[in-house]
Amino acid sequence: MSNVKKSKTVKWGSEPKLTVLDALYLPAIASGVATAIRHALSVKPTTRQYPEVKPTIPPNYRGVHRLNRDEQGRVKCVACYMCQTACPANCIEIIAAPAPKDDPHWKDRDKYPATFTIDELRCIYCGMCEEACPVDAIELTSVYDLTGMTREEMIFDKEKLLSVFDDTSQSGNDPVRTNRGALGPASEATESGKRGTPPPGRGTRG
Amino acid sequence: MIEFLLQYWPVVWPTLGAIAVILAVVPFLGLYMTFVERKLAAYVQDRIGPNRVGPFGLLQAVADGLKIFLKEQIIPDHVYKVLYVLAPTLSLLTAMFALVVMPFGPVPQNYEGGFRFIVAPGIDIGILMMVAISSLSAYGIIVGGWASNNKYSMYGAIRSCAQFISYEIPLGLSIIGVIAISGSMNIETIVAKQSGSLLDWNVFWQPVALLVFFTSALAETNRLPFDLPECEQELVGGFHTEYSGIKFVLFFLAEYTHIVTVSFLTALLFFGGWHFPGLPGPEGASLPVLLLGLLVLVVKVSCVVIFIMLLRWALPRFRFDQLMGLAWKGLIPLGLANLLGVAIVLTFGLPKHLLALTLLLPVAAAYYSATQFNASIESAFQRRALSNKQAVLYE
Repeated sequence: MSNVKKSKTVKWGSEPKLTVLDALYLPAIASGVATAIRHALSVKPTTRQYPEVKPTIPPNYRGVHRLNRDEQGRVKCVACYMCQTACPANCIEIIAAPAPKDDPHWKDRDKYPATFTIDELRCIYCGMCEEACPVDAIELTSVYDLTGMTREEMIFDKEKLLSVFDDTSQSGNDPVRTNRGALGPASEATESGKRGTPPPGRGTRG
Repeated sequence: MIEFLLQYWPVVWPTLGAIAVILAVVPFLGLYMTFVERKLAAYVQDRIGPNRVGPFGLLQAVADGLKIFLKEQIIPDHVYKVLYVLAPTLSLLTAMFALVVMPFGPVPQNYEGGFRFIVAPGIDIGILMMVAISSLSAYGIIVGGWASNNKYSMYGAIRSCAQFISYEIPLGLSIIGVIAISGSMNIETIVAKQSGSLLDWNVFWQPVALLVFFTSALAETNRLPFDLPECEQELVGGFHTEYSGIKFVLFFLAEYTHIVTVSFLTALLFFGGWHFPGLPGPEGASLPVLLLGLLVLVVKVSCVVIFIMLLRWALPRFRFDQLMGLAWKGLIPLGLANLLGVAIVLTFGLPKHLLALTLLLPVAAAYYSATQFNASIESAFQRRALSNKQAVLYE
């Protein structure tokens, strides 16, 4: 290539020369087989034996929904339909009922969900419901192994969603969101207007 | 008929016995080779592999077999039904038929009677028949691809056809060298010539033939570096795209039978078969000695099989023009030159040691191809530089 005058501004590259060993192919094949043998002999599998050994799921994973309870064990939801409106997959269906006014137990809110169903098969697990919720009543947990034999089985009703809350909060798998803003006023409102202690595992606001 | 059978019973039963052994062992071997292959692949790729069914997953092969036998028999509407059903059987038939002349254990040259590890002993055109029959297995693939009435199947079949025809030639050429040195086409005789010391093995006299033979034989088995007839990424499944259940398994079994055949042939033709230095030959030997010979052969064959399986994870697949180029521009000239060397040594009665010089052949070929390649790069570079210069001038 010496007879070609090289330009100063252009970076000239050239393909590497093919040597006899390269063209013979056999050394390359031998080194390939040697690599295969080396791996076959030093068995360090990275396989996780799944059903026995479960993976650790990050707490901000968006899995099965749960309906949170407040300190008195009531469903926190106030049936505002925000999640149902926000849901891009139309998988949430709420039927609201007026809260019993004469009962002091329900004095702090106007409505509560008589039914609250989520079609877990239709859900795309985007987390919009969680972001829309003004009272942090609906959350996506890190439960990922969701199966069922029928479609009907996969439509979760209020009790099922509350039981997901019980399971996850008892086993310490409460979801953690880094982008959770200040809670809505209805969330932790108590009779006296003071903020109550946050439920277990929820972390501080912000 | 029965009288006939009774009269010839002493002659008939060893044949029937050998056939029974082959028919019983080969499908079993095929199933367990898939298991070994999956395990080996897993280890090479730092995985564990099948370990759920039975201890160490050993029953996985049985479970696979059961599942595939119980599968629904699907014949698609758009296929040519007769050929569609015929193709897998044809494929397995030819693959198994090639085993007729293949000794799968020590066979004495002067066979007298009783059980022996071969269906048809003392066939004087043994190796020729084996090559002829096993090349017929292209028909199974071509018929299957044609009958499937599917473009991908057809492409797979066409590729396979071209590949088989191309690689038949170097396969034959490499075997001729061995035949010429042994002076016989009888496989038992070829093996018997390799008794004695380690240096009697053909691999030391015909290393280039081994290279050419093994490469071509690998191409005949449609194994990974040469599995263009069924490469998943391009052709869905290749010629067996439309096949499922037991018909697919027949194709599959044929492929593994081919691997067994190739491994046996490599061990028999080049690595001394059932001979190992220090061990007695099969002539007039007792049962333990025969079993020892069988063990030696099986170990050699297993090594070849495992090498074939390891090659799968060491080499990428060829492009089709590279495949054809390797056969026509690489292996056939090499085989011819090797054959020429053998012919010269045998004709002029030169010392056999000169055959080791054939090892220089692939080196010379590599040198030639490297210089050609580098020259082509050089000229391309100069053309490019020239056009750049002109571009500067025009500015």
